[in-house]
Amino acid sequence: MSLKQFINEAISPWMKQEGPDSDIVMSSRIRLARNFADHPFPIIAREETLSKVLAYFEENFQQTSFRDYKDFELVRMRDLQPVEKRVLVEKHLISPHLAEHSENSATLISQNEQVSIMVNEEDHVRIQLYFPGFQLDKALEQASQLDDWLEEKVDYAFDEKRGYLTACPTNVGTGMRASVMMHLPALSMTQQINRMIPAINQLGLVVRGIYGEGSEALGSIFQISNQITLGKSEEDIVEDLHSVVKQLIDQERKARETLMHRSSVRLEDRIFRSYGVLTNSRIIESKEAAKCLSDLRLGIDLGLIDHIPRTILNELVILTQPGFLQQYAETTLSPDERDVRRASLIRERLQLEHKE
Amino acid sequence: MECQECHQRPATVHLTQVVNGKKTEIHVCEQCAKDNGYMNYGEENFSLNDLLSGLFHSEGPSPFKGQSPQTHPKKESLKCPSCGLTYNEFARIGKFGCAVCYETFDDRLNPILRRVHSGNTRHDGKIPKREGGNLHLKKEIEEYKNNLRQLIEQEEFEEAAKCRDKIRSLENELHQDEGGEE
Repeated sequence: MSLKQFINEAISPWMKQEGPDSDIVMSSRIRLARNFADHPFPIIAREETLSKVLAYFEENFQQTSFRDYKDFELVRMRDLQPVEKRVLVEKHLISPHLAEHSENSATLISQNEQVSIMVNEEDHVRIQLYFPGFQLDKALEQASQLDDWLEEKVDYAFDEKRGYLTACPTNVGTGMRASVMMHLPALSMTQQINRMIPAINQLGLVVRGIYGEGSEALGSIFQISNQITLGKSEEDIVEDLHSVVKQLIDQERKARETLMHRSSVRLEDRIFRSYGVLTNSRIIESKEAAKCLSDLRLGIDLGLIDHIPRTILNELVILTQPGFLQQYAETTLSPDERDVRRASLIRERLQLEHKE
Repeated sequence: MECQECHQRPATVHLTQVVNGKKTEIHVCEQCAKDNGYMNYGEENFSLNDLLSGLFHSEGPSPFKGQSPQTHPKKESLKCPSCGLTYNEFARIGKFGCAVCYETFDDRLNPILRRVHSGNTRHDGKIPKREGGNLHLKKEIEEYKNNLRQLIEQEEFEEAAKCRDKIRSLENELHQDEGGEE
């Protein structure tokens, strides 16, 4: 398979689009946790109960469509090879938990891969919806409609006092986790992000690096999400997250301007060095790749590099993970072999841009 | 100053909670501070599960000093009639076994939920369409009742009577709904 073809199939259609503020916000996600009222939760339920839940989903939702989300396909975890599960995890279509508990778990994926409804994860149902860029409100609205659509056929565990009942007390109430993936290279370079994280935590929000923890975030990619799910409405939670993200966007833009203004040669040097590494290296670890890709993306955003599309960061961050590398190679790879494959995949991908 | 929770012992723990930018002053005695999960561990290196397990055991006196929680044998034997999960198991795994667990362990949930959700213990979000059918009705009745109070204050008795009738008919509907479910 050619690289172009592989990428086309590997990257979810929604990821190829740009959304509002997509120079900084890579994606917005809403996740809703739901359970059946009359079955024990997956963590203690017998396999036969879980298989009933799964069969119910297959019967009622296989190949159905809801508005823009067409042809839901039920993918059973036990039918997948380990590397295929890994690929789904790397695409964020399923959680690592679902991949590990495979016996009677599955996910319903819409054709455009924007929606993934996990069945028998920690909760019976986990609805996940992605939008490119900064579109939390829209994501919430549509996730809620999907939720209503499921509720037509599923008796949800709901309590007047505690709201939607979930296996973990950290999800009870709305069962909602709203999150935003942000690329914050300038705030990371200037270390301003380290000062901002504690303040954000105080507001009931959590900041995570997608590779490492907190400030150690590699590739300057951070996920910001709500911690509190009880006692506040979905709209209020999203609004709070929205306002913090908006401020981070403003701060990041300011920091970028300042960097360009005060040390443009240094910044340019850093960006082009990273570009050089990406286009020339023969062995590259995921850490170094993440850092260089972040620099490259910043160079694109600042207009220093103009022949490469912006979505390359989203794309290569996903493609250079172990699962995808092995899928592309069509064989199992040792970590050393992966570093070689990673370097060649990145080189090839960047060369595609030269040809066009 | 007396403790705002038990109104018996003097308040010795004074905290300022910042939830979503809103400051709340809390004045409680040490006992209530522990019982309600206001006390901090002072250590950052807890995993979420450690933190939760610690909270689940926090019903007994001074659980933070490592005393055995089994000083409450009666409470410890609490078991969910639906899925069979005991409170001890719940505390160990940090997860509920089924929807009924929430009722079974209800007495002990407030401190845990308060801790995890910045002081909140009650849902204030979406109500499902079908499953929450009654709740939509209850919410509506509540709104009419508020309306009725205002109308009476404004001495608009004609409107108030209409409103009262509406409440009655909604309440009838509610009773029928509830009866029908059983």
